[in-house]
Amino acid sequence: MNVLCFVEPGDDLSAQAIGFARSLGDVRGVTLEGAYQPSAWAKALAAQETDAIVAAGSDRGNELLAHVSAILDVPFAANVTAIDGDVVTRQRWGGSLVEEARLHGSPQLLTVAPHTQPAAELGEVETLTAEDDGSPKVLERVEESSGGVSLRDAKVVVSGGRGVGSAEAFSIIEELASLLGGAVGCSRVVTSAGWRPHTDQVGQTGTKISADLYVACGISGATQHIAGAKGAKRMLAINTDPEAPIFAVADYAVIGDLHEVVPAISAELKRVRG
Amino acid sequence: MRILVAVKRVPITGGKMVLTGDAQALETKHLGFTISPHEECAVEEAVRIGEAEGGEVVVLTLGPPEAEEQIRDCMAIGADRGILLETQGEEWDAQATAAAIVEAIRAEEPFDLLLFGNESADAGGYQVGIRVAHALGLPVVNGLKKIELRDGGVRCERDVGGARDVYEAPLPALLTVLEGLNLPRYPSVPGKLRAKQKPLDRKAVSPPAAQLEKIRLVVPEGQGEQAEILGEGAGAAPRVVELLQELGVA
Ligand SMILES: Cc1cc2nc3c(=O)[nH]c(=O)nc-3n(C[C@H](O)[C@H](O)[C@H](O)COP(=O)(O)OP(=O)(O)OC[C@H]3O[C@@H](n4cnc5c(N)ncnc54)[C@H](O)[C@@H]3O)c2cc1C
Repeated sequence: MNVLCFVEPGDDLSAQAIGFARSLGDVRGVTLEGAYQPSAWAKALAAQETDAIVAAGSDRGNELLAHVSAILDVPFAANVTAIDGDVVTRQRWGGSLVEEARLHGSPQLLTVAPHTQPAAELGEVETLTAEDDGSPKVLERVEESSGGVSLRDAKVVVSGGRGVGSAEAFSIIEELASLLGGAVGCSRVVTSAGWRPHTDQVGQTGTKISADLYVACGISGATQHIAGAKGAKRMLAINTDPEAPIFAVADYAVIGDLHEVVPAISAELKRVRG
Repeated sequence: MRILVAVKRVPITGGKMVLTGDAQALETKHLGFTISPHEECAVEEAVRIGEAEGGEVVVLTLGPPEAEEQIRDCMAIGADRGILLETQGEEWDAQATAAAIVEAIRAEEPFDLLLFGNESADAGGYQVGIRVAHALGLPVVNGLKKIELRDGGVRCERDVGGARDVYEAPLPALLTVLEGLNLPRYPSVPGKLRAKQKPLDRKAVSPPAAQLEKIRLVVPEGQGEQAEILGEGAGAAPRVVELLQELGVA
């Protein structure tokens, strides 16, 4: 089977996607250059003769294959973790649920769920050319002033949920995060209440973290929250409720009021550091 | 301005996913329902634009008869009208959903702006908005966290890890958005009362054969084991700090 794999050089998720693509057949790695123009780039991909088109389950990968699927009027399976003939296994609910489905139509269109496959060498990558079709394209890129450690890349994330109780009370979360050189995170209840900006939200519709340690304070452990937290290697949960669902996914638990526990941890850290 | 917003009814699953006996759906007997946070932001944005520019905000959904609840919720924060493409409760794949939405939009045109979530909360197909845009010949920009109307078009921004990409599109356009676009308001009591009186059109639809055909759902295995309890209350702090040192993060 001939497989076309769209890659972006230097992108981790593309390296994972191409490894997966090679398990399907003979892979032709392709990329495009210049100002990103999703519809025009998708037309260039859709014009290639192939049995399958694969890309990373990244913002761009999912977007491009959705355009290809619309152009060719064939189905598209996003965030696939396995494929056997025409049966795909794919993620739903940000990975909290899995679906097995039959992917009809040709070429087969699929993206590879992030961090479910090992990275592989990209190998030879051909550059396709896209013709400007007048559709929206990136006009400029505005760099954001980086205020401290980014949530996505932080080694430690200390996160607060409804249990924190107010915007002001986040000062104890901030203090512990800063002592650990980490970033502050939060649950959706917190962003909806306006206590923290959405850029701090961990979860299915927030940021997916990859920390060494996630400290969840006053967070119940809803599946949509865990969808963003489970990339952390270890999880410590602090919660008053011994039955909280978060204790079934966390590695370590402290049962108690975060307003007492969190400052006590910060104080102990300062004490041992002298 | 006429603005269309497309939303989808999904269950509020809480701490655990539980499937029906036939593994075709989530067991929702004891669950409430909502729409995706992305779509809540789409509705809020549409209502704000409607308030600033005047015009009509129409909310459209494809779903079971009970999805009226989600349309009324959208009306409670300011949407003017609803269209419910009524299924028998079965799940539709993205291609079929998009086709039904396209047909409904054609019967209602013209719209200046069409807002969709970037991806649905449950199926996560990442494609319905893009398919609808192609079928209607509209420009489409995805994954937006900022939308500004200017000079008869839109200027919009998308996060790309530490930076923002800027796009422009002429109107009419279809935009898909992400949570963080704005902070949606809570419905007021008068808003909820008014919502009950607002017009809702229902149209029965039946599904074509699925091209991405669901076989079954599976709940992925969690870590399984209960967390190790380090202690209770403030007294646990020394043990926690030991752990932080063991993990090399202290
Ligand atoms: C489609 C969809 C997408 C979503 N996306 C996200 C997302 O990206 N991120 C996200 O977080 N949520 C998301 N949600 C919402 C999610 O379902 C939950 O509602 C949310 O995560 C709950 O936040 P919480 O844990 O802070 O609040 P709650 O569920 O109310 O939990 C609060 C917890 O704090 C504990 N507590 C209370 N007081 C204290 C105290 N003093 N000390 C210690 N513990 C205390 C309680 O025992 C409880 O366990 C989404 C929902 C949907 C439907």
